[in-house]
Amino acid sequence: MDPLHQFNIERYGEFHLFGMDLSFTNSSFFALLAVALVVAFLAFGSRKRALVPGRMQSLAELFYEFVAQMVRSTMGQEGFRFFPLIFSLFAFVLTTNLLGMFPYFFTVTSHIAVTGALALMVISVVLIYGFSRHGLKFFKLFAPSGLPLPLYFVIVPIEIISFLARPFSLSIRLFANMMAGHALMKVFASFIVMLGGAGAFSVLAILPFLTNTAVVGLEFLIAFLQAYVFALLSCIYLSDVSGEHIGH
Amino acid sequence: MMIVFFDTSQAAGHATETVVEAAEHTSSGMPQLDFSTFPSQIFWLAIAFGFLYLALDRFLIPRIGGAIEERKDRIADDLDMAARKKAEADEAVIAYEKNLAEARAKASVIAAENRAVLDAQLAEESTAQEAELDKAAAKADAKIAKARSEAMHHVEEIALEVAGELVAKLGNITPDPKKLQNALELARTQSEAS
Repeated sequence: MDPLHQFNIERYGEFHLFGMDLSFTNSSFFALLAVALVVAFLAFGSRKRALVPGRMQSLAELFYEFVAQMVRSTMGQEGFRFFPLIFSLFAFVLTTNLLGMFPYFFTVTSHIAVTGALALMVISVVLIYGFSRHGLKFFKLFAPSGLPLPLYFVIVPIEIISFLARPFSLSIRLFANMMAGHALMKVFASFIVMLGGAGAFSVLAILPFLTNTAVVGLEFLIAFLQAYVFALLSCIYLSDVSGEHIGH
Repeated sequence: MMIVFFDTSQAAGHATETVVEAAEHTSSGMPQLDFSTFPSQIFWLAIAFGFLYLALDRFLIPRIGGAIEERKDRIADDLDMAARKKAEADEAVIAYEKNLAEARAKASVIAAENRAVLDAQLAEESTAQEAELDKAAAKADAKIAKARSEAMHHVEEIALEVAGELVAKLGNITPDPKKLQNALELARTQSEAS
């Protein structure tokens, strides 16, 4: 009945490389499964390339347009080179989140290692793009122009700290949401089982059952919302270092 | 982390099991903070995510985006075509109206011409007719005048005869016809003058 048991990494196959334990685990399996599902869905949906789309093609195009709209509204046409990255992030996080909603399935994004790696990747892309596009003017990001001089002593440290906090907030937000939600579901599920076996009190088991039903609905919303937030924040961080915000 | 939510004497067996199971994990704490699993997680994440990125970038996004783009182009083309067709139709309507106006003008010219010709013909015919009628009337008038003068002549002769007879009967004289005629002539001019 340990609510954290579901987050255990279980080794399916041992695999060591350069002295590191790179074993194939339940995390690896569900990450690959999510990717396979996304690729299969999009490949199947786009197989006909019909002028008048069928059901699956409409779904695939809806998915595509949703992300494309997100990228366009935050980064404009210039940011469209990051569309594959944002699309990958959104599709991967959304699918792993949703897969985690199946009982006995492992939630890849409930681990800080995964969300942290994704967040660091996003920040790395932001840094590489920012420096390659603006050179040292990249640091203007921390000093917005047009402020009275004394304010810079306050603004610059704040901007630097908020920039450095980005990878943490990005990764912890997703991981904590997924972990807390799944632990909560497990806790209420445990209540149902324990109250159910409590003789005269077993009628009370309906209460955690109803609560858990609501929590499951909420968790589906959170699974989508967190994927959306992750992708949207990545867009915003990238748009910060694109041309418009750093003047020349 | 050990959490025992409920413990009754009935579930004692289960409870011990739970405790044992929980104790196993208590040693490692939160699985998320077990750093020994990090390399494996990140390694397989990189493989999975890298594959997803490549599949999307090289294969799926061009395919789906291409279909959407194609549709957009097609719709734009169709709209263009519709606009062109509409312009053509408008032009055709203008040309048609122009033709119609021209035809109307031509028709009225022709009608006017025809009317003039007909009027002329009609006038000609009616004047000819009138001339003929006048001629006939004149002939008739002449005939009437002739008949009248003849009749008048006879009337004079009769008057002469009657006057002669009257004179002969009343005066018992045979009047000189020359004098009688003069007297009659005088009487007529006098009656005409009064």
